[in-house]
Amino acid sequence: MDELMLDGNAVAGLLQEVFAVEMTTAVGTCASCGADGPVGAAHVFRGAGIVLRCPHCNNVLAKIVKSDSRAWIDLTGIRILEVTL
Amino acid sequence: MAGTALPGRLTWQLAELVGAVVETPQVKTLVFDVPGWPGHRAGQHVDVRLTAEDGYQAERSYSIASRSDSTRVALTVQRLEDGEVSPYLTEELRPGDKIELRGPIGGYFVWEPSDGGPLVLVAGGSGIVPLMAMIRTRAAAGDDTETHLLYSARSQDDLIYRDELERLSGNGLEVVYTLTDSHPPGWTSYTRRVDREMLSEVAPIASEHPLFFSCGPTPFVEAVAEALVGLGHETRAIKTERFGPTGR
Repeated sequence: MDELMLDGNAVAGLLQEVFAVEMTTAVGTCASCGADGPVGAAHVFRGAGIVLRCPHCNNVLAKIVKSDSRAWIDLTGIRILEVTL
Repeated sequence: MAGTALPGRLTWQLAELVGAVVETPQVKTLVFDVPGWPGHRAGQHVDVRLTAEDGYQAERSYSIASRSDSTRVALTVQRLEDGEVSPYLTEELRPGDKIELRGPIGGYFVWEPSDGGPLVLVAGGSGIVPLMAMIRTRAAAGDDTETHLLYSARSQDDLIYRDELERLSGNGLEVVYTLTDSHPPGWTSYTRRVDREMLSEVAPIASEHPLFFSCGPTPFVEAVAEALVGLGHETRAIKTERFGPTGR
């Protein structure tokens, strides 16, 4: 177990900053194992950037790096993202 | 785009400290007046940003402690000895001082009376804060959803909101404490870390489909979630908020 692991909630502010909607209730489908679940339930690791991992198979769902004025977002680990509008 | 209000976009706002309550030697509740606060849901949090004179910024998330129909925002903050933000908030900030915050944030770790129950709240240390917002919201709404709070702290002196929890218990709310490091003479409740047996004694069985919210340090929440799955509860019914090794 990694003591530094957090939940999707921990990056809710950053995600809302980037996507301009509440994202922890958005449902993502893992591109690796096909499990779906709310972003709030993803495992989150913070380092130089932020990594979201699938709670079922540990696949990297997303990587986010942010500077003061820009964000770089890699979503290759999420096949579908279902967002409430 | 700071200060530009776009739908759904989070903006930093100035919040003025209007009151403070010492909860325990390490923990203080800070009440802020936030002009135009849109209201929040129980379990949501805010991001707080401090800026030093040289421009260095530190940002942290704090759970909202106040009930959902409150116009003011109460944050209960634990002082971390080596913290960048919490020592300032708990020791330096005075009424009339302003800080930057944005929120309310999050929609996943949220409970409203209409979500029903049975509700099981499992708190480790200051992880009680968002769960207290749920308990306060439930009480303010006159809701009698079957609710069980299992609250783990090191000692009796570390229990936050103890008097209020005593007042609010009954009417469907059961409060159970466990003290892991030391307990006063005559203490009749649990005196060990939360485990599967304790959870099976406090929570309704899986066939009653209880909803779980657990908040606390990562190892605590991990142990709770694992035990609940072991007891046959559905993963989707277990919502967690881990705050790392030491707290926020």
